Amino acid sequence: MMRYGTLRILLPLLVGALFIGGWEWLVHTYEIREFVLPAPSRVAEALVQDFGSLMGSLWVTLRVTLAAFLAACLTGIGLAVLFSQSRTVEMAFFPYAVILQVTPVVAIAPLIIIWVGFSRMELALLILAWIVAFFPILSNTVLGLRSVDHNLRDLFRLYGASRWQTLTQLQLPAALPYILTGMKVSGGLALIGAVVAEFAAGSADATGLAWRILEAGNRLQIPKMFAALLLLSLLGIAIFFLLTALEHFLLRRWHESAVKREG
Amino acid sequence: MTDQALLRLSGIGKTYESGTKALDGIGFDVSCGGFISLVGPSGCGKSTLLRLIAGLMRPSEGSLNWRDGARPETGFVFQDATLMPWASVFENVYLPLKLKGLAREDCRARIMEALSRVGLSQEAGAMPHALSGGMKMRVSIARALVMEPSLLLMDEPFAALDELTREKLDDDLLTLWKEQSWTVLFVTHSVFEAVYLSERVLIFSHDGRITHDIPIEGGFPRGDAFRESALYFEQAKRVSAALRGEARP
Repeated sequence: MMRYGTLRILLPLLVGALFIGGWEWLVHTYEIREFVLPAPSRVAEALVQDFGSLMGSLWVTLRVTLAAFLAACLTGIGLAVLFSQSRTVEMAFFPYAVILQVTPVVAIAPLIIIWVGFSRMELALLILAWIVAFFPILSNTVLGLRSVDHNLRDLFRLYGASRWQTLTQLQLPAALPYILTGMKVSGGLALIGAVVAEFAAGSADATGLAWRILEAGNRLQIPKMFAALLLLSLLGIAIFFLLTALEHFLLRRWHESAVKREG
Repeated sequence: MTDQALLRLSGIGKTYESGTKALDGIGFDVSCGGFISLVGPSGCGKSTLLRLIAGLMRPSEGSLNWRDGARPETGFVFQDATLMPWASVFENVYLPLKLKGLAREDCRARIMEALSRVGLSQEAGAMPHALSGGMKMRVSIARALVMEPSLLLMDEPFAALDELTREKLDDDLLTLWKEQSWTVLFVTHSVFEAVYLSERVLIFSHDGRITHDIPIEGGFPRGDAFRESALYFEQAKRVSAALRGEARP
């Protein structure tokens, strides 16, 4: 009997292969025009032909995404720790964090680009992607830091733990599953933020994958457009899998979600 | 306060911010090396009293007077094992020492000694999720034990365990109590457990007062012979009657 782990890899691959095969067949059988729907083989061809420019754009998007994600992690976790130490600080600042979350990035993009300057487009994109990615980490970490078992908290008090000891030895380890969930959501959002920001910025000096999609669309190079889309999807999947692997690595020894049980 | 008393509680009352009165006019002496059980209906303030004694909250009225002016080294065992799931058994027992700034290697022998006393020296490297309920409770006791406390506060520690495990842990607790000369305050809902373990049983009423203070006869060590004796059943009957409010204070 096939192992569960093997099935988890093989089944999605099989579905993907069937989907691509069906797509190829559909395009050829019904002679669908390329500017409506290119065949997967044409997309692959475009990927090979424009490999250099697409990889350059992928690198730009990846750089912005990673920088925004790291900034979101640092500021989200940092601010959540600050909130957990002082209710007053939380009451004063949390509404502004919510405002950042609910403001559509498309609406705020022109303003950020003007403030940062057209010459520093990558920084503007980074800020916009950060705005999108920051909130899930903040809210999850705040929730995690608050969800510490109150008996354990009492135990730390009874044994005279300092605030620092309580934070580092109790609150942060207890909040780790929440932080990692926030990171998984934010990883995807950082990529979405980077792409949306680039769309919002238009062609002004931005050369990431979103710009390639716009450019290819304007020139009716639809296979190239699909190739850029494919790279974006692969990047999103890679981010998700890397963060899932990190989550498994950090929680595998103790957390219910990762511990293997017999039977 | 008598010379033998570790703690005197006088007129202790506790009213929460919500207005709920949890304790009212609690006063009794806790003798050094004694084993007292607190029995009463749910919500009668037993756990609140333990938390007050542990210094985890302040009384609204009354005072706690310690023999030496300050609370001695205190261990607390909760109803749940209250282990850090991300830390091994060893690390959980090491916690109180770590918080005091003691180095792991300097404490290794002490930790292993505490684990061996509760029969878990082989499980030092195990994670809590791999242990049974009874084993987790033993780790929790070892963690309290490692500080060599003078006072041990136990809040329904064995309530969630099956009867056999509970009886075994009761016996182990009595052995440790005699070995370590702890003073123990033990909250339980079980009349039989209270009578088996204690030298004294305090009965709480639903409105947070102590209605009966019943001394328990029968020497130590106790075992199956005591559990099957007429004296044991007779005293359990008395405590049970007091709990139901049938006996006069």
